[in-house]
Amino acid sequence: MTDTHDTRREMPLGLAKRGYTGVIQHLSAKDAGSALSDIELESRLIELGFVEGARVEVLHEGLVGRDPIAVRVDNITIAVRRREAMAIIVA
Amino acid sequence: MELPLLHLALVGTPNSGKTSLFNALTGSRQKVANYPGVTVERKEGFFVTPLGRQVSVVDLPGTYSLRGRSPDEEITRDFVLGKASGETVPDLVLCVADSTNLRLTIRLLLELKRTGRPMILVLNMFDIANRRGISVDVERLAKELGVPVVTSIAVRKGGTADLLALTDEISAKLAAEPSENNWRALSVAELRATQREADRIISDCVSLPSRPDTWTARIDAIVLHPVGGLIVLALILFVMFQAVFAWAQPLMELLQSGFDALGDAVHATLPEGLVQSFLQNGVISGVGSVIVFLPQIIIIFLFILLLEDFGYMARAAFLMDRIMGGAGLHGRAFIPLLSSFACAIPGIMATRVIDNKRDRLTTILIAPLMTCSARIPVYTLIISAFIPAKDVWGFINLQGLVMFGLYATGIASALAVSFLIKFFMLRDYAPAPFMLELPDYKMPRLKSIAIGVTTRAKMFLHRAGTTIFSMMVLIWFLASFPQPPAGATEPAIDFSLAAIIGKALEPLLAPVGFNWQIAVALIPGMAAREVAVAALGTVYAIEGGKEAAEQIGQVLATKWSLATALSMLAWYIFAPQCASTLAVIRRETGSWGWMAATFGYMLVLAYAASLLTYNVAVALGAG
Repeated sequence: MTDTHDTRREMPLGLAKRGYTGVIQHLSAKDAGSALSDIELESRLIELGFVEGARVEVLHEGLVGRDPIAVRVDNITIAVRRREAMAIIVA
Repeated sequence: MELPLLHLALVGTPNSGKTSLFNALTGSRQKVANYPGVTVERKEGFFVTPLGRQVSVVDLPGTYSLRGRSPDEEITRDFVLGKASGETVPDLVLCVADSTNLRLTIRLLLELKRTGRPMILVLNMFDIANRRGISVDVERLAKELGVPVVTSIAVRKGGTADLLALTDEISAKLAAEPSENNWRALSVAELRATQREADRIISDCVSLPSRPDTWTARIDAIVLHPVGGLIVLALILFVMFQAVFAWAQPLMELLQSGFDALGDAVHATLPEGLVQSFLQNGVISGVGSVIVFLPQIIIIFLFILLLEDFGYMARAAFLMDRIMGGAGLHGRAFIPLLSSFACAIPGIMATRVIDNKRDRLTTILIAPLMTCSARIPVYTLIISAFIPAKDVWGFINLQGLVMFGLYATGIASALAVSFLIKFFMLRDYAPAPFMLELPDYKMPRLKSIAIGVTTRAKMFLHRAGTTIFSMMVLIWFLASFPQPPAGATEPAIDFSLAAIIGKALEPLLAPVGFNWQIAVALIPGMAAREVAVAALGTVYAIEGGKEAAEQIGQVLATKWSLATALSMLAWYIFAPQCASTLAVIRRETGSWGWMAATFGYMLVLAYAASLLTYNVAVALGAG
């Protein structure tokens, strides 16, 4: 294996470009600046399958500001704005 | 011994195929109503099991959890817990899962189990899962979950046979011990733990292929392309409006000649007098002129339901999110606004998917500006009377183009109003999040679509039979009484109450080019926009006799100037004339103030638009 995932830098999914693939490390709702409360945002992300260890891939992005993004989370696709995706820390 | 009615409830995440299962189980034996006190649609259906047990099944709103963060989701939670007012606790809960996408449903099921209700997990769309190489160890899944599991293919004949057999088997053993409810709202940690547990069970019982659905990926590559996707969306909307105008034409003409023939038959059989005039001018030509638009309403609902079933609606919301965000709207507002093209009432009710109150309010305020199907009769009538049916640039029908322009103006003004609301009233607030599942594409199910379209058509006919009918009787009465004095030479209607009311309003409407006949037609148009067409028909029929009743369009072409016709079109883009819409706004916002605000701003826009259109048209020589 040439994979060097151990050293791969953690980043928020909100900054990922189209084609990015990674694994969710943890959720950090307080960093997102969402209109939702931290608890509410975290609950909703979990309910849509954004949990630690899930594989994500950025499939599509919108026209204006490359926002929102369509993210493959394991085997479903979720549309989410970059602002909320900032709460999802991937690597 | 006759067993009591068995109560089932369908619970599942959005896009789990719950509704197609509901349709497969109940067919057309469905009842749509509202839950008391809220405007959430309550869908109940009935069927009989193979062993002859009578069953009632309720299709609950889709949800990802029992937290209940919107009125829809609260209903689902309260219903399952037996707390919904006036509802019986379900004897058996059917938790419906899309077999290709079990993660979120299994988590929901683990939460549902805590309520202690007897439950079955239904693995729906099992055929699609098989085709994609997903294999499920059903027995093991049932053991791990502690819940009976059954597969189903709602869209295939006999695809629910196993489910029916299991329902019989379980219902025979039901009701032994009272169940215990251990459910309470989950904390974030519990939520996460439940999802982990669900993922563990799935990895033990389900083998997933490594690659996603290739068709969905291929279609999305085009449909979700930042630029290409918007072009596709515009094309879909354009085709939709051309279809509404062009495809419906032959059917409408057929209906029209049917009503004309009926009117003539009545005219020929009955003696001259009030009864004959009432039946021919009031009832047949009045109600008939509205029913003629049934084909167009069916076509527009057909498109909306097809796009919804195919899975395109969520994509449209994705594409439009930031663009509408510029106008202060949420991406989720796209679906309610698109439904408002059929009718603002379901559109306003659909705003319940928007959790943020301000986003929801903005959407409610502008939904009536979307051109609803009730405006189509008015637009069609005026367009066919005043706009020549020729092709421009060789292939585009000019009438269709004007229709498209009217729709476009409605959309543009809705965006402008929303922008102004955001700018002046709701200046500083962070935009609510946009999170939406983009389901895999599915072939629309003809049976589901047929049931959906039929329900809407029935609602329209019901309205034509009640509201519109009573309005037509009122108009006929106003237009026929008092009767002219003996020996009068003017048309009878000049002496009627309608003329008195219309002439009283005329000075107010003269600056926008409306005559008193239009003023009369606008009054019953308050009940429902399309009534204005019938009202014009009645007014001119009583004024001009039988020939006028047959061809309202031709009469208008001789009585109105082009400027008046254009002014009327402009008026109808904005006209706040729909009592039911206003009532729904009052109910959904819980405020008379917002209802009055909607009425007020639309009236001002309507008057201003007509004034501008009329004066510009007159200045250009169309007066």
